[in-house]
Amino acid sequence: MWLFDRDLWIEIFHTLGKNMFRTFLTMLGVIFAMIILVLLLGSANGMSNGFDKIFAGTASNSLFVWGQSTSEPYKGFERGRRIRYKIEDADILKRQIPEIEVLAPRIELAGHSDIVTVYRNGRTSGSAVYGDYPEIDDITKKKLVEGRFLNQTDIDHSKKVCVIGEETYKLLFEKGEKAIGQDIRINGVYFSVVGMYKPNNNINIDGENAVFIPFTTFQKAFNSGDRMGWMAIAVEPNTQVAVVERQIKDILKAKYDIHPNDERAIGSFDMSEIFNNISAFTTVLQGFSFFVGIFTLLAGVIAISNILLITVKERTQEIGVRRALGATPKIVKRQIVLEAIVLTAFAGLVGFAISVGILSIMNSMWGSGDDFPFVNPMISIPQFIISFLLMVGLSVLIGLLPANRAVKIRPIEALREE
Amino acid sequence: MIEIKDLHKSYRMGSNSLHVLKGINFKVDDGELVAIMGSSGSGKSTLLNILGMLDGADSGEYTLDNVPIKNLSETKAAQYRNKFLGFIFQSFNLINYKSALENVALPLYYQKVPRKERQEKAMKYLDRVGLKPWATHLPSELSGGQKQRVAIARAMAAEPKVLLADEPTGALDSKTSYEVMDLIQKINDEGNTILVVTHEEDIAHMCKRIVHLKDGVIVEDKKIEQVRAEQYV
Repeated sequence: MWLFDRDLWIEIFHTLGKNMFRTFLTMLGVIFAMIILVLLLGSANGMSNGFDKIFAGTASNSLFVWGQSTSEPYKGFERGRRIRYKIEDADILKRQIPEIEVLAPRIELAGHSDIVTVYRNGRTSGSAVYGDYPEIDDITKKKLVEGRFLNQTDIDHSKKVCVIGEETYKLLFEKGEKAIGQDIRINGVYFSVVGMYKPNNNINIDGENAVFIPFTTFQKAFNSGDRMGWMAIAVEPNTQVAVVERQIKDILKAKYDIHPNDERAIGSFDMSEIFNNISAFTTVLQGFSFFVGIFTLLAGVIAISNILLITVKERTQEIGVRRALGATPKIVKRQIVLEAIVLTAFAGLVGFAISVGILSIMNSMWGSGDDFPFVNPMISIPQFIISFLLMVGLSVLIGLLPANRAVKIRPIEALREE
Repeated sequence: MIEIKDLHKSYRMGSNSLHVLKGINFKVDDGELVAIMGSSGSGKSTLLNILGMLDGADSGEYTLDNVPIKNLSETKAAQYRNKFLGFIFQSFNLINYKSALENVALPLYYQKVPRKERQEKAMKYLDRVGLKPWATHLPSELSGGQKQRVAIARAMAAEPKVLLADEPTGALDSKTSYEVMDLIQKINDEGNTILVVTHEEDIAHMCKRIVHLKDGVIVEDKKIEQVRAEQYV
């Protein structure tokens, strides 16, 4: 097998090595192309990782359901009726839809998104106040800086405890003051702070100016009875959120006498939609990077071909001599093609090494992902293998051009005295 | 060794056709040292190219070592050249990025001689032209005479049947020319068949036979008393 012929490789490396400058110039195009390809792909991957990190705290297959007002009259009810859920709905839904993994009911003080005045030592804050179950933390994770989140014991014993956001802390406490164990007052009821969370890079639907108290405590303290304002629902991993959303709405519509075609009565938000959009975005971005990179690479390989064409012309005499000394057209062709492959492959590796270096510098500078979504920019091994094979494949095709030119050189013309 | 019968060759120059060789009949025996002479345009280089299988004839017969040379494919021609012929050129035609030794070893590489053997053989021939100490030097570090001696070593390395020299002294001063001719004579003394194309009388007279070409035909073909180049060195 000629591929393993040591002499052949010695001959090729010798030829390339003895013409270092030419070799280097030839490789530049592919080196840059490879750098561009890897940087583009790596950045796209970094962005994708960055988005992943942003969503890391949020269950991607989740949805939120709340009540709004009806927009259709139905069964004797007028339009504009406010839909208020009951806590039993949570159990009904969980029972009827086995795909629901977690269902965290929530109730807000003074309605959805409304602000309540919270007091402490003469300071006040206008915060959102939520009655929650600990399960909510499985759906939207809070980044606790101090203390703990609500737990089952708080629920069971209706403890007067609360978890506050960093914004609320800043409004209610002195700088550096310890919040854990302190009391805050909401609507005349005192709650002891057990935890504080700070903004994370994740999507945070609740904001940082919020107070979370146990659902059961909320019921007693604010006399909310069996009302429920809001449900955060996580569905099983392989289930379509939209399907479950449909089922939930159907059940709730039947229960609350809502017109089947009334789209406004039940508010909902499908988290997976955002995820899908963003993952589609990053996929497109990666595809685009690959596309651009491959064409840049093609340009680089064509540059190699071009320079090889020129060098073939320059080497007319050499090739003529080789032919006169007994090199068959096949040998000449093989040599030029292999030179193209070796040049491309080596240049590709050099470009790869350089760009990986650049990527790791980028990673150490911005890779934390705090400022914008950019985490661990690197190309994957399959991406590398595909681009490398593609590059070598191209170089074979493109190497044939100068090779055929070289074969066309007739020794007699090459050796003709000027 | 070489037999040519009624060889014709013409080149097309636009609408005109230039008849360069007009029926050459010519025979070279083993061990001969033949000078092919003629002014420029006489067809001597064309004849050498055809003998060297670098160019094909239009008509006529060419037999080399009892092998008919006709309608060769490029591949076959390359193999025959490698096997039968050694070339010495006016401008040496060494590969400038290869050392003297590598240049000499090149025809052996195309013969697929194993590397070690190739190196040894190349070194042997380099030694024979007196350039063993220069084995690792690049052509650019050698003088004209030395370059031609490397080229001669390269031509001989493949142990061809015939050495074809196209104006081997054309680019050299007379002293160096005589040194090169001395070498060629010595190689001939060992029984090698050599054809030298030249237009210099003194070089021609250092061969054993002179074939005179004029306007595409042989006008004179005579054996001569060889002038040894040694005495001028």
